[in-house]
Amino acid sequence: MSLIKSLSQRDRVFDFMAPAESPVDVRHGPILYMEDVTVSFDGFKAINDLSLTVDDGELRCIIGPNGAGKTTMMDIITGKTRPDQGQVWFGTRHNLLTMNEPEIATLGIGRKFQKPTVFEALSVFENLELAMTADKRVLPTLFARLDGPARERIDEVLEMTGLAEQRRRPAGVLSHGQKQWLEIGMLLMQRPRLLLVDEPVAGMTEQEMERTAELLTGLAGKQSVVVVEHDMGFVRSIARKVTVLHQGSVLAEGSMDEVQNDPRVIEVYLGESEEAA
Amino acid sequence: MWLTQPFNERSTQLFLGVLLAAMTLVTLLHLVVPAGHPLHVNAYTVNLFGKYLSYALLAVAVDLVWGYLGILSLGHGAFFALGGYAMGMYLMRQIGDRGVYGHPELPDFMVFLNWESLPWYWQGFDMAWFAFIMVLLAPGALALVFGFLAFRSRVTGVYLSIITQALTFALMLAFFRNEMGFGGNNGLTDFRDILGYNLRSDATRLGLFLATGVALAVGYVVCRAIVGSKLGRVCVATRDAEARTRFIGYRVERFQLFVFVVSAMLAGLAGALYVPQVGIINPSEFSPIFSIEIVLWVALGGRATLYGAVIGAILVNYAKTVFTGVMPDAWLFALGAMFVLVTVFLPKGVAGLLAYRFKRRRNDADAQEVTP
Ligand SMILES: Nc1ncnc2c1ncn2[C@@H]1O[C@H](COP(=O)(O)OP(=O)(O)OP(=O)(O)O)[C@@H](O)[C@H]1O
Ligand SMILES: [Mg+2]
Repeated sequence: MSLIKSLSQRDRVFDFMAPAESPVDVRHGPILYMEDVTVSFDGFKAINDLSLTVDDGELRCIIGPNGAGKTTMMDIITGKTRPDQGQVWFGTRHNLLTMNEPEIATLGIGRKFQKPTVFEALSVFENLELAMTADKRVLPTLFARLDGPARERIDEVLEMTGLAEQRRRPAGVLSHGQKQWLEIGMLLMQRPRLLLVDEPVAGMTEQEMERTAELLTGLAGKQSVVVVEHDMGFVRSIARKVTVLHQGSVLAEGSMDEVQNDPRVIEVYLGESEEAA
Repeated sequence: MWLTQPFNERSTQLFLGVLLAAMTLVTLLHLVVPAGHPLHVNAYTVNLFGKYLSYALLAVAVDLVWGYLGILSLGHGAFFALGGYAMGMYLMRQIGDRGVYGHPELPDFMVFLNWESLPWYWQGFDMAWFAFIMVLLAPGALALVFGFLAFRSRVTGVYLSIITQALTFALMLAFFRNEMGFGGNNGLTDFRDILGYNLRSDATRLGLFLATGVALAVGYVVCRAIVGSKLGRVCVATRDAEARTRFIGYRVERFQLFVFVVSAMLAGLAGALYVPQVGIINPSEFSPIFSIEIVLWVALGGRATLYGAVIGAILVNYAKTVFTGVMPDAWLFALGAMFVLVTVFLPKGVAGLLAYRFKRRRNDADAQEVTP
């Protein structure tokens, strides 16, 4: 009987599902706080004693050679990967290590994956509609209707991402750059406090890169943004503070000029290019 | 309102229009055209059409989960059969003391097995309302438990298809056993009447045919309403990028469970309408092959359109009727050949062909709209 009971409660409202009731506490500065985080895959430490702090409203760039652990770091923040040890806090109130992926997403952490994944069969508009902050339980979703403010928000995001013209087209036919913007747009629909963006400009034309830079710098201040990127020119054009990851931990941190002149950073990048040569 | 939304869609209007026209035509040709006339549709054929329509409803149920949710269920025959058994139990109880053994309460096979009294799970099936609720509830409950376990542990893709096959196979073996109390090998049969109407009369057959048509229409509209809602878009999103859907905050497994249960209930309804028309329900409806066949109907008709499933179910079963009449042994080969031909030449099924023509016409219309 108790099984049936628990089944019938599948759609009960969990406290943490109601975003308004869980304001992220950033009175003490950082919106993201990671300390001594370690993750190993079969003995290999992809993240090794990583500590990192991101302030509220900051636009932070993370760079580092392939395999440095950048994507894994985002996996940890978003609850996809559980660290073996360490602390990860969102503001001072939310211990992210006790939460699962949807909970973390609902709390206000949006993530753009390395490979753009939009819902190809749905239109641009519908992609944004699904991503919107809303009651995402089954029955409310079944009966959901778009109200005025929701439409306005979608229009607003369509404008911000420059996709207004494409609203009715299936996302599958968009260009690579447009898909990336749509994905960022989908994140914005959730009004996230923290945006994690993995390699946004990979494969983009110069022009598209410029637009992306505008988009991201325009977001900073209103929300915190963490960008992982390989393209140094792009990083230089948007970054105020750069963190260099290497072998799963922070190698250097500071302005673009500072880190580029850091001998350890030079060594890591030169070492890599020698290997490649 | 949510359920009336589909009535604004062209495709739904068209579908309902065609269905209604077909039902009217068959009724007229059966009732008005005299028996000797070449255009007369006899009761046997009406009955056959009714059977096709119940298969069509079953195919719609499968398309809902396969086409829109990406869950390839190879066990929907189980839900169909459960609905059929629920109806069969009602029909058995309707026989009353008119059975061979004349027992006022026990069906013949129970008397034959020397059972003293009705098992608890046969209670209540003498009441139509109870049985009709069970038609939906029994498959729904099975789908709920099965889906809960499967989706919670994120079993999807081929693995899910395999365990749905296992599910229906296990049920087939169980229902074969006499001790289960469902008539074993022979199943439930020798029905006499439904809601007081003689099942062997032409009027009842026509009534069942029409009822099945109405059920198909209702099932279609319900599915369209689901598919056209935001929930339907979440389903498509899940089908194409499950992790991403989960990531933007949808509890994917709950959506899967909801749609799976709705689909199972529709399959049960289809089974319940099928049984009085064919006059028997036995464990062969649980056979894994049958469930695979259903998927072939949908594939042939065209996935993720709903009307394609209807077309596929009717076409294939019509072909099956013709073939098994002419060359019974060749049927499976013919089915295989049809499947291969359609996959090669019409990858989106018969519906893909229709949609293509429609779209072209609509694009022309749009173009005219733009140019003043
Ligand atoms: N699930 C996993 N199982 C095993 N090893 C993994 C797993 N995920 C990541 N790794 C390993 O951890 C290391 C860090 O990977 P990660 O993807 O975080 O690097 P990255 O900094 O994002 O690199 P890139 O710049 O190429 O995207 C790599 O060596 C990778 O092979
Ligand atoms: Mg990476």
